[in-house]
Amino acid sequence: MTQTIVLSLKGLSKRFGSVVANDDVSLDLHQGEVLALLGENGAGKTTLMNMLFGHYLPDSGAIDVRNEIGAIEPLTLGHPQAALSAGIGMVHQHFTLAENLNALDNIVLGSEPLWRLRRDSAMARSKIEKIMSDTGLQVALDVPVGRLSVGERQRVEILKALYRDVRILVLDEPTAVLTPQEADTLFENIGAMTKRGLSVIFISHKLREVLAFSHRIAVLRHGVKVGEIATKDADERSIARMMVGADTPETQREDMTPGAPIMTLENVSVTGRSKRDSLTNVSFQVARHEILGVAGVSGNGQSALAGLISGLNIPSNGVFRIDGEAIAHGNPSAMIKAGVGRIPEDRHHDGIVGSMSVAENMVIERLNDPEVQSGGILKREAIAENAARLTEAYDVRGPGVSARARLLSGGNIQKLILARVFEQSPKLILANQPTRGLDMGAAAEVARRLLEARKQGAGVVLISEDLDELLGLSDRIMVIHDGELIEAFTRDREEIGLMMAGEYE
Amino acid sequence: MMDILNILLSESFWAASLRIATPLIFGVLGALLCEKSGVLNLGIEGVFVAGAMSGWMAVWLGAGLWGGVLVAAGAGAFFGLIHALLTVPLGLSQHVSGLGVTLFATSVSYFTYRTALPNVSSPPRIEPFRALDIPVLSDLPFLGPVLFQQTALTWLALLMVVVIWYVLYRTPLGVAIQAVGDNPDSVDAQGLSVYGLRIGAVVAGSALMALGGAFLTMSAFDAFFFGMVNGRGWICIALVIFASWRPGKALLGALLFGAFDALQVRLQTEVGAVIPSQAFLAAPYVLSIIALVVAARRADYPRALLAPWFKGQR
Repeated sequence: MTQTIVLSLKGLSKRFGSVVANDDVSLDLHQGEVLALLGENGAGKTTLMNMLFGHYLPDSGAIDVRNEIGAIEPLTLGHPQAALSAGIGMVHQHFTLAENLNALDNIVLGSEPLWRLRRDSAMARSKIEKIMSDTGLQVALDVPVGRLSVGERQRVEILKALYRDVRILVLDEPTAVLTPQEADTLFENIGAMTKRGLSVIFISHKLREVLAFSHRIAVLRHGVKVGEIATKDADERSIARMMVGADTPETQREDMTPGAPIMTLENVSVTGRSKRDSLTNVSFQVARHEILGVAGVSGNGQSALAGLISGLNIPSNGVFRIDGEAIAHGNPSAMIKAGVGRIPEDRHHDGIVGSMSVAENMVIERLNDPEVQSGGILKREAIAENAARLTEAYDVRGPGVSARARLLSGGNIQKLILARVFEQSPKLILANQPTRGLDMGAAAEVARRLLEARKQGAGVVLISEDLDELLGLSDRIMVIHDGELIEAFTRDREEIGLMMAGEYE
Repeated sequence: MMDILNILLSESFWAASLRIATPLIFGVLGALLCEKSGVLNLGIEGVFVAGAMSGWMAVWLGAGLWGGVLVAAGAGAFFGLIHALLTVPLGLSQHVSGLGVTLFATSVSYFTYRTALPNVSSPPRIEPFRALDIPVLSDLPFLGPVLFQQTALTWLALLMVVVIWYVLYRTPLGVAIQAVGDNPDSVDAQGLSVYGLRIGAVVAGSALMALGGAFLTMSAFDAFFFGMVNGRGWICIALVIFASWRPGKALLGALLFGAFDALQVRLQTEVGAVIPSQAFLAAPYVLSIIALVVAARRADYPRALLAPWFKGQR
């Protein structure tokens, strides 16, 4: 690796209102290097990269870029066009693709003058095909992007950048949506590209891939760069300590004998609007004192399964029992009465009513309970007392129990939901992506609570895309693919990954 | 039954259908262009009125017919710009702004007309566009009267179908407009201006809509009346959905509506004694609703339609 500096961020700061997103961050990038930018959610990684790419204008600081002929030039800030012409490309976490256009149009978009009577598609196509064969990033160019898989869309995003002859490529959480195999392929491709002189910054919070594929690691915490380390000198513990600022408590899972079955599915199917939210002939059971992990790439039927357990979906055939009782019609309130606790995937939309108070959200699943109302009138004092007790017990921090719930941060919203669910001592808990987007402390709290509920005798269905989390918490793992669930009688990442991709018998 | 068949086979019926469809073709193309970029333009009804009034008045004040067409387009572009500025950089509700522009443009047009002509009882007339009488072609049986005796504005409308199709699907600009209507971030991330594309599309689309109004006063009739636009703008908004945002289907939809309208006029004279005339007047609208229900289920909405986008908020 050469030590030519191709990019320097110098003292970048950005404030949103009173929140400091980045404070005086400086960072250098060398040619042909893969730099991992690591940090918890809200540490300011994406903000920093959005300033580099011109989506945000920094409050202070400057950026220098090495141009084609090797001279260092200051970058005009606040304009994506300037970043692009300086040779900087960015692949956003949320893809910026027009789904009605095909890959070719998406890639070429903006690279040719608008006021032209015709497009030179043939030349663009041959250039893209050359890039695809050089890097191994293959996609179908003539299919609308809306019909491509997530992995393919990401390749389109990278091709978009490479088509502009970028010398610096920024990838924002590139593996969040990929299967382990797709992720490995991606990093192989990145490796091939860096050999050709490309410099890469990738944002991640997955320690494993950072240690495996980067040359150097920079860690951000609360908007400040707290450390920079060569990957060969780093290990998981030391980086985690840098990210969090303290040692993270390890979750301790005790061995436990499963009890009686609490949920049983026999040949259950759910017909959704598309294959993505359907289940076909699913049979399994969850016992008391057991955590069943459901692994899979999102969009393979997880939402149908979650909808079924929360009472939103009606099974089109098969038998679905909770604690021995057959459930005929999907009905959320009947499920709550049957003792099902739900931690929904989209906590902001489905977990709380943002415009209602924290206290009201804590009792929203049991408004008929005599503790909460009498004669149709809410007992405001009882509700407030309940909320005061729970915010204390579950460490829900925010502007107070009478404040609107949407003012809470994501982690505190999740704690509110945990408080609401676990206070009812549920027999069965559906935890759908319970730690997505949470920082390590809050994620550890969720894990601790789930294990505690398991100890108390609840059965838990844990749906997650994070294999490490599943391996750490689950007693058994099932893999969901294309609406079907199969038991993984293995804890081998590689094999589970293949099953997630549907390439395993 | 024989009567309907006779009507459908007559030259005058098809000539009338195309004539009635012409303002709708302009309107539906204009609305399509706005919506492809992600902006619903409910100002269309008012823009029709402004186009009809301003085009007519320009000619009445001594401009040439094509000068009048240009003035109408300019008036449409002006009201389009108001709508674009309110909804694109400021991100106001496209429904509210559009209805406001319709009220504003209609009132300004009526007010201008009344101020210019305070004391007229019968509206003054201009010399409108004449049928383009093309030698030989106009003498063809059937096709001659249907196609080759229309005015220049009808030809312009048909030409615009091809132009809009070509621009949208064959030029870099059109691809960018389609992209900004689907996902503005895609355009922003590639260094193009979301605001520029959307404002441009709304202004150009509104200019096109105004030509539909101009056709009414400068080709279909020769004077301006209050209430003459009579909901044509709203029909266009529905036709865009019917057309699933495709220029070719938009032409088809406009012709279909024109044919329904032409048919009801003729049926009224045939069987008007038995069935009340209101039923006939309502027929094209009822049929449009039915066609819309059938077509809209499969419609391919521009995904970013109605959603405001702000720079730097990702």
